[in-house]
Amino acid sequence: METELNTGASSLLEFSGIDRSREKDFRFDPFAAPESVFKAVLFGSALCMVLLLLCIFLTLLINSLPSIKEFGFRFFYGKTWNPVTGEFGALPFLVGTLITSFLSLAISLPFSLSLSIFLGEYSTKGTVASLLQSAIELLAGIPSVIYGFWGLFILVPIVRSIEIKLGVTPIGVGIFTSALVLSIMIIPYAASLGREVIRLVPDELKEAAYSLGATRFEVIKKVILPYVISGITAGNLLALGRAIGETMAVTMVIGNSNVIPKSIFAPANTMASVIANEFTEATDDIYLSSLVEIGLLLFMVTMVINIVGKQIIKKMSVQV
Amino acid sequence: MKKLLIISALSVTVLFYFAGLPTYASEKELLGAGATFPFPLYSKMFDTYYQTNKVKINYQAIGSGGGIQQLISKTVDFGGTDAFMNARELKKAELPILHIPTCLGAVVVTYNLPDKPKLKFTPDVIADIFLGKITKWSDPRITAVNPEVKLPDMGIVVVHRSDGSGTTFIFSDYLNKVSKEWAFKVGADKSLNWPAGLGAKGNPGVAGLVNQTPGAIGYVELIYTIQNNMPAGLIKNKAGNFIEPSLPSVSVAANVDLPDDTRVSLTNTDAAEGYPISGFTWLVFYKEQNYAERSKEKAEELLKLLWWMIHDGQQFTAPLHYSPVPPKAVEKAEKILGSVTYENVPLLKK
Repeated sequence: METELNTGASSLLEFSGIDRSREKDFRFDPFAAPESVFKAVLFGSALCMVLLLLCIFLTLLINSLPSIKEFGFRFFYGKTWNPVTGEFGALPFLVGTLITSFLSLAISLPFSLSLSIFLGEYSTKGTVASLLQSAIELLAGIPSVIYGFWGLFILVPIVRSIEIKLGVTPIGVGIFTSALVLSIMIIPYAASLGREVIRLVPDELKEAAYSLGATRFEVIKKVILPYVISGITAGNLLALGRAIGETMAVTMVIGNSNVIPKSIFAPANTMASVIANEFTEATDDIYLSSLVEIGLLLFMVTMVINIVGKQIIKKMSVQV
Repeated sequence: MKKLLIISALSVTVLFYFAGLPTYASEKELLGAGATFPFPLYSKMFDTYYQTNKVKINYQAIGSGGGIQQLISKTVDFGGTDAFMNARELKKAELPILHIPTCLGAVVVTYNLPDKPKLKFTPDVIADIFLGKITKWSDPRITAVNPEVKLPDMGIVVVHRSDGSGTTFIFSDYLNKVSKEWAFKVGADKSLNWPAGLGAKGNPGVAGLVNQTPGAIGYVELIYTIQNNMPAGLIKNKAGNFIEPSLPSVSVAANVDLPDDTRVSLTNTDAAEGYPISGFTWLVFYKEQNYAERSKEKAEELLKLLWWMIHDGQQFTAPLHYSPVPPKAVEKAEKILGSVTYENVPLLKK
């Protein structure tokens, strides 16, 4: 925009014969001061965010130094979490977090995708659409403790009866139950974002496909989905991020067993859950530091997944 | 003009309100934090104390470990803990810390079986269940102790605490004494590496999970089984008697010789009619009260409160299903309170 004005004005001035060299460059015009102040404020706020992130990372790092010194790399593949002997290993929690999050993503995928397509393509306006939309937003707004309670009192007995039918030890809590609760919690994130990007597909593309005789399903499958795949992936990445960090709902239904789960119905524990459970009571220096190191690990896992996800999205973006 | 009048009248009212608030609140307020087990009792005690003495006590039930941590960081006036501070924690505190017991509790073994039978347990059976070695209710070792009960062929689901807890400490301390394998494999502490079972948060969490899961077994404070109508197992004590957890049997367990600093474990008591998994809960505080710029008034208020808690305050224990501190322990506690000083001068005038 600036360059357009520049060239437009300068060409006009040239045409009118006025000597341009004595003209003040309007970019440094005092009346344009609010513009640069505004820009500085925006830049400052952004910088604050980056600094905050850096400070959080440094705090986590500094406070986990005692346990890093003590365990080194052993921490990441150690299977024992023993506060009595002071032997700490994070593998059970890492495995628990990754299994529950990815499983919940897999469970939620068909539902969030169907919702996005339905709201983005079939029912974009009207009472049904607004009702569904509000329902999804409400689902996102329910506090996670409520999800935990619901999971504990309603879902756990149901899963227990399923386990009895399958002949597994009927404990009710475990990886499966927490993945179910998590999947319900993360559906709104993927569904809302998916709906937005599907609605943004240009009509000309769709109409061109219809004019060639494509059915509605074929239009969705061959035109809309390839167009929005990066957006859908971004939405699911957001959902995955939520699932990884989720604490309260998971800690109530996962069984809190600090071991690597042997089956999908076995109890386990996640990084966020163990921190929530044991942090306030950890009086030992190494114990506390190990818990902070788990926090650091969680931070880094989230960061890695975000970076990897961004690469995937970039590769999938449609070059228009 | 009218608007100005209204605004000024409102602001003056607000100013008077804030000016009129008691500014001496910080002097007449005490802060405590710690164990969740005695929280119902402390709530009642502190509320009554406020009615009669006008001193407000703010107690946060964040767990025994949290209470100790807060006392060491000098952010609270006193801490509450079911597990007395060990040598390592005392060293961390740098300044000497004193313990006084405020009440007694029982850790009971509760379970979820159809028809809620009254079961008897021997120490080795309990240890092996929680070690994950006995996995079915119909196991011959359990039926041998309970011949008159028809035990179902259900799997045992062990439930333990997921958070650090004084209840866990008392329970594991008992198991440490009665099972060499437990002492070797697991040990005793507020947080453990449990060999088997599910974790739940807090006493209510364990009670809730046991209540919900058929075939479950867990350990909770006595109050929770009473309030939730859950069965509590009878346990064979050192003398060979099967004792039911109750207020009298817990009090008897404490009537043993106590060390002068009252830091003692009551588990596996020698008393013939005593319940074997009993424990004190303590309040911890600094011996020399002049630290972190504390005033003498505050120290005196604290001492008054502590003295009241082991004397008049004990009337609230029985109605809330806690056992009162036995006379021998009260004697020791009085001596301890007598040793609390402010600038090396004992505070207690009695």
